[in-house]
Amino acid sequence: MMINSKALIARGIGKTVRSGDRDLVILRDIDLTVDSGEALAIVGASGSGKSTLLAILAGLDTPSAGTVELEGANLFALDEDARAELRGRTVGFVFQSFQLLPALSALENVMLPLELAGRHDAEQAAREVLARVGLAERLQHAPKHLSGGEQQRVALARAFVAQPKLLLADEPTGSLDAEAGREVIALLFDLNRAAGTTLVMVTHDENLAARCDRTVRLEAGKIAP
Amino acid sequence: MLARDWRAGELQVLAAALVVAVASVTSVAFFADRVGQALVRDAHQLLGADLVLASDHPWDKAIGAQISASGLARAEALNFISMASAGEGDKQRSKLAGVKAVSRNYPLRGTLRIAPAPGAPDAPAASGPAPGSVWLDEQLVGALGAPVGSMIRLGRSELKVAAVLTLEPERGANFFNIAPRLMLNLADVTATGLVQTGSRVHYYLYAAGPPEKIRAFEKFVRPRLERGQHVDDLQSGRPQVRASIDRAQRFLGLTALLAAILAGVAIALGTRRFVERHLDGCAVMRCLGATQNRLLALYGGEFLALGLAACAVGCLAGYAAQEALAGALAGLLQAALPAPTPLPAAQGFLVGLVLLLGFALPPLVQLKNVPALRVIRRESGPARRGTLAVYALGLGVLAALLVWQAGDLRLGVYVVGGFGVAVAVFYAAAWVALRAAASAPVARLVGANSSALRYGLANLKRHARGNAIQVASLALGLTAVLLLSFTRNDLVDAWRRAAPPDAPNRFVLGIQPDQLAPLKSYFTARGIGVPEIYPMVRGRLVAVNGKPVAAEDYRDERAKRLVEREFNLSYADEMPGHNQLAAGSWWRKGADPHQLSVEQGIAGTLGWKLGDALTFTAGGESFTGRVTSLRKLRWDSMKVNFFVIAPPALLESMPTSYITAFRVAAGEERAMQALTQQFPNLTVVDVGAAVRQAQGVIDQLINAVQFVFLFALGAGLLVLYSALISTEDERRREAAVMRVYGASRAQVAGSQRVEFLAMGLVAGVLATAGAAAIGQLLAQRVFDLDLPPSPMLLIAGPLAGLALLSLNAWLSSRKVLRATPALTLRESI
Repeated sequence: MMINSKALIARGIGKTVRSGDRDLVILRDIDLTVDSGEALAIVGASGSGKSTLLAILAGLDTPSAGTVELEGANLFALDEDARAELRGRTVGFVFQSFQLLPALSALENVMLPLELAGRHDAEQAAREVLARVGLAERLQHAPKHLSGGEQQRVALARAFVAQPKLLLADEPTGSLDAEAGREVIALLFDLNRAAGTTLVMVTHDENLAARCDRTVRLEAGKIAP
Repeated sequence: MLARDWRAGELQVLAAALVVAVASVTSVAFFADRVGQALVRDAHQLLGADLVLASDHPWDKAIGAQISASGLARAEALNFISMASAGEGDKQRSKLAGVKAVSRNYPLRGTLRIAPAPGAPDAPAASGPAPGSVWLDEQLVGALGAPVGSMIRLGRSELKVAAVLTLEPERGANFFNIAPRLMLNLADVTATGLVQTGSRVHYYLYAAGPPEKIRAFEKFVRPRLERGQHVDDLQSGRPQVRASIDRAQRFLGLTALLAAILAGVAIALGTRRFVERHLDGCAVMRCLGATQNRLLALYGGEFLALGLAACAVGCLAGYAAQEALAGALAGLLQAALPAPTPLPAAQGFLVGLVLLLGFALPPLVQLKNVPALRVIRRESGPARRGTLAVYALGLGVLAALLVWQAGDLRLGVYVVGGFGVAVAVFYAAAWVALRAAASAPVARLVGANSSALRYGLANLKRHARGNAIQVASLALGLTAVLLLSFTRNDLVDAWRRAAPPDAPNRFVLGIQPDQLAPLKSYFTARGIGVPEIYPMVRGRLVAVNGKPVAAEDYRDERAKRLVEREFNLSYADEMPGHNQLAAGSWWRKGADPHQLSVEQGIAGTLGWKLGDALTFTAGGESFTGRVTSLRKLRWDSMKVNFFVIAPPALLESMPTSYITAFRVAAGEERAMQALTQQFPNLTVVDVGAAVRQAQGVIDQLINAVQFVFLFALGAGLLVLYSALISTEDERRREAAVMRVYGASRAQVAGSQRVEFLAMGLVAGVLATAGAAAIGQLLAQRVFDLDLPPSPMLLIAGPLAGLALLSLNAWLSSRKVLRATPALTLRESI
């Protein structure tokens, strides 16, 4: 039962970093609300601050101003560990460059979030998700022995294995060729729909954005009207 | 590109490794070079000159003239035995003295030391005795009852006792046949009327000066030597001093070797990190059309430029370091060190470049082999083929260089071989141990229900290959540190023990069989423990395996002289306690008496083997025995030692005198005067001064060597540091991904801590085993010392590994947790 039908509420998000001897404004006064089950695309040119916004929404980066409410909890009122715990419980993440751990097999990479949460059924659950992304035969392969599309599918399995309420995807097809990209996107939307996950996806691909329920455009750190 | 990479901060670690490497290698080499030169010079001080010419008949004037003509300093001396007497009528006392007449400028190297009275503090003498005066040693002052200021008679002359002679450079080399010393001026010899045709007199010429002039003169004089003449240099004689110097040079050589090898490991680790960070750039360049060779030339050139610069900086730093070192040791090194030669700088450059090429080239070759595909697929690594061959080549060249630098093939082979074996064993053992630690039983044993612990243990196995490399490197660095801290102390202690402060300082020769009982009661009456008294038979070697022996049969100078001289033989049922059996077996009581036990060194010099039959003559009788055992002796122990020992049944009937050695404590010298008065025929040799001198040399060497060890220690620490940071990038990225997926700080830090602690324990245990094994090997094979492994090492080694990696885990997790995951991941993309 959802008490709040909003998956994510961001208010007045700003991010400034020091570059040399002057401040560089990356994000300015962003207000954003995502409903549960909604698929939102964040688009914008390179350097418009899309990835930084996504990292802040996930609590991977801290904003200079503003608040993020994730599943009813004020993200930056929590300490680092509580934030990580909340993230582990509710958020899945897909990166442009996959971010699989090279020392771990495909199976172990997918087991990671469950192991961190202390789940004893980690292996069984991981096997099932990997089967769903079509990699049942490649469980013991190390990432470097998988193709790019396969690696991103492992990453998808890892993102969904803990059954997150919110999936954050940062240019998920950015490192893939068109064919592999299409496959990964099809899989992503399938899994998303089946699990009823809220999706926030950063992309510069307008076609991909069009498949989402709503699109937000960032321009120079601000949401374009 | 060099500047760009430098600004990026990636070359700084590598350059630092190179600079420290070259600096440590050159400072060790510079200092070893100077200390080596000083050692040779100090040894010359024991010889009294750089070169000594000895003859049993007067030297041709032309030879003496040639010394001066060669631009060398010259001094002269002659030795003979004569009766000296003092007192009148009933109170007259006489004593056979070893007379040494010297020119005023004797000695050319080292100093004579004199005291105003027996037992009084002594001081260096500015020159030899003035004409009309004599210096007597303590024993002769006692025996003649001739204090400083009194007159003594020598031949037809009356001479005034001007001082007590406490130390002369040449004394202590061979104390047998030395009657108590009487030293006078060369100008007074003619007046004594003691030197006439047919007198047994030894004539000495001393030369000192720059090494090249000495070498030139030696070249001139050697072919002109007649029978009964020989050249004394450092290589001959003085076994105890030589043993110390040899050992010191081995210590220094060992240190230089270790520093160089460790530096190589640090460079290899540094380059690996550089290469891992450059793979992407190389892939891009390959995409843009750079050929493999172009890439290799590019990076090879960059490294070469860096290497040359680092070598230059390293040489300068090495020079500065050794200057500081020499300055710090100025008080210990009694005289100033000679200026360094440029050779170590050249060696430093060569070692630096070989290290760079040998250890940096193999990883660089990987850069060249990076597939362009990596631009699309980041995980596509370079092929590793060919790198092993390059490593082997580099190691081979380095090994040759190190053997050259050590100047000792055996030591070099031991260290280089030991290093290779250690690396292989460490890697294999680490791999097995880490996988075992990750196994299910271990996890159950430690109750792995915390996810951090479970995850950390699992990571041990997952990272087995990388971790094994890291553990092997850590173990290597730690081995060096342990070897240089614990094992070094043990070696140094063992070395010091070899010439203990309670070593005998008096030798008594010529004890007659009927004096044994009275002598023992003399010692007992004075509460001095009765020392061990050894029988001694003087015999000449006449045949080996039935073939007559002559000096001409041997090419070695030392061998020639040994054969010409009389041997001091002894007999015993039991092997003397301070001897060690090296080969064969000691005889049982009542066995065939025709057996001999021979000292290992002399057997080598004269080419004697077990089973050889040696024939000696003594007192007109000859006897033959077979060599049935070889013994190892410690010449620097200052105890009574014999080259040849036989069973009593073989020698008992020969004319025997006895010899003993004991220690007279400071202030008890009066007892010695009583001894010579009660037994006037005895020869008492005071080797106290010689022992003190040898002790001083050893202490000085130990201090220098210890200081030099610090550099190798620095190189060891550098390896540890490089090994620790070598996986830092990967661990940071891994921690960031873990945090993305909900890992708490405690989980990240905990799993790293578990992993690091296990690695630390494995590395510590391996390093302990390594240090103990290498220390044992070095002690036995290279230094001829007995060295039980220190229990401290066994405890401290594993603890050091644990402590080091705990500290690292703490520092590393602070670093890993400080940056936000987003930042870490962006950096790694």
